Amino acid sequence: MSEPPISRGFRGRGRSGQSARVPPGQHLVTDFPVLSAGPTPEADLATWRFTLEDGESPIAEWSWDQFEALPQTDLTVDIHCVTTWSKLDTRWRGVSIDTLLVAAGLSEPPGPFVLVHSEGGYTTNLPSEDLVDGKAMVATHFDGEPLHPEHGGPARLLVPHLYFWKSAKWVRKIQFLDSEQPGFWEELGYHIYGDPWREQRYAGD
Amino acid sequence: MSLQEHDMLPLDGNAAGGLLRELFALDLTAAEITCDGCGAVAPIGAIRAYGGAMGAVLRCGHCDTAVLRLTHTPAGLWLDMHGTRRLFVAAPEA
Amino acid sequence: MPATEAVPAPEPASPPRLRWMTAEVREIIDETPRVRSLMLHLPEWPGHKPGQHVDVRLTAEDGYQAQRSYSIASPPQAGMVTLTVERLTDGEVSSYLAGDVRAGDKFELRGPIGGYFVWTAGLGGPLFLVAGGSGIVPLMAMLRQRAAAKSDVPATLLYSSRAYEDIIYRSELDGLALHGVSVQHTLTRAQPAGWQGLSRRIDRAMLESVGFTPEQRPRIFICGPTPMVEAAARDLRDLGHAPNLIKTERFGPTGR
Repeated sequence: MSEPPISRGFRGRGRSGQSARVPPGQHLVTDFPVLSAGPTPEADLATWRFTLEDGESPIAEWSWDQFEALPQTDLTVDIHCVTTWSKLDTRWRGVSIDTLLVAAGLSEPPGPFVLVHSEGGYTTNLPSEDLVDGKAMVATHFDGEPLHPEHGGPARLLVPHLYFWKSAKWVRKIQFLDSEQPGFWEELGYHIYGDPWREQRYAGD
Repeated sequence: MSLQEHDMLPLDGNAAGGLLRELFALDLTAAEITCDGCGAVAPIGAIRAYGGAMGAVLRCGHCDTAVLRLTHTPAGLWLDMHGTRRLFVAAPEA
Repeated sequence: MPATEAVPAPEPASPPRLRWMTAEVREIIDETPRVRSLMLHLPEWPGHKPGQHVDVRLTAEDGYQAQRSYSIASPPQAGMVTLTVERLTDGEVSSYLAGDVRAGDKFELRGPIGGYFVWTAGLGGPLFLVAGGSGIVPLMAMLRQRAAAKSDVPATLLYSSRAYEDIIYRSELDGLALHGVSVQHTLTRAQPAGWQGLSRRIDRAMLESVGFTPEQRPRIFICGPTPMVEAAARDLRDLGHAPNLIKTERFGPTGR
């Protein structure tokens, strides 16, 4: 198979060597691109619920008011999308997963893996240990404002150390499981873990 | 609001035409899909597609069921059509 | 550029396998300040139908690749492939194709793609085309095919642009208006002094007054940004047009 022709003068986006904070293959953006696997759900805070489940058994559930009354955490982090954009110093506010576990009366995750469920049917999976010790939160505010629906409002998961498809928008439930269960994109060839620093975009990377 | 090239408003099955032609011997954009969620029928070209650069997620215009999901990874192409009950492709003109 | 009558491109007996071909830019035409047409030399081109598109792939010297889809602007009779590309803010591919590219440059292309959003004069009419911004491109291929086939199928184009200088193919459309195509422009952001055309976004009342009646059973093709396409399709269904006669192609951002 012959080599593709080089398109003279095409450079594409600036990629490597930008900064130690930019993982391999990523480029920096200053806006906040929107990418969704489905339509933006209409938020109804009166009926919104967030649930923790152990297998099929509910452990805890919060209404919006109850959720907002939990201790809040502020986080400033860099985020990295598998589609190659990265955004530095993003400011978030929400409830850390550590706080949720404490509020649910748990000293540790009840299972080694989680499947995260969003309104509209989107799912993603990760090891439980990637949610705790300050690594993740359910975010309700971005850049000082309530999280916009296009970006996952009223609440999304935020797991900044993994590719951003793991930070499920419109999150409703975290389900703890004994075995790993691939989510929406993981079922279709995306990496089961997704570490941007090891460039784990696709299964087999 | 000025949109950037990487802002991904939902397109439609027409945009997935090239990927589908990598997999199938015929053009499928005119193929009619029956949604397994609600029974609605629509040509693939008319169906809204989400997912942007991650892949094509075609969702029924009536009930939002994902009737077709398609990704192109270095290992190969993935196609999930469990949201499609039936697909009909008209015979090519003689 | 008016379409010239050439030997009709051969229809392949069975669909050819889609593979990447090398295209070389032969001629570049600046259509508007942000839009450019590229006329391509593609010796292996199998022919196409109006409304179809191609995938374009660029490769940088370090091997980096980027891929986008573009509608074919030329009719099949032209014997060559013309793409019309709008330069988008921060667009890594469009800033190349509608910016840096020069005659002689090469890139990969595969196609033609699409069998749904397709019309030729042989399918009959009347024909109602609704375009938003760069959505005019595949519809222009249809009008060019109609002209090259010397067809008298009644045709109406409703074309929404931001301002007068953003109207793509403006003088060619003026020419088509003298040959049986009813061309209605609407300018949504700014109108020149003395503007006689429409000056608001496409809405149901405009579609009703400009287009054919449902009883005339027009074949309808709508192309442009997603919100505009979906609103127009819904309005036309509400006006009584048969859903299977309405075909849509949603474009991504147009930079508007």
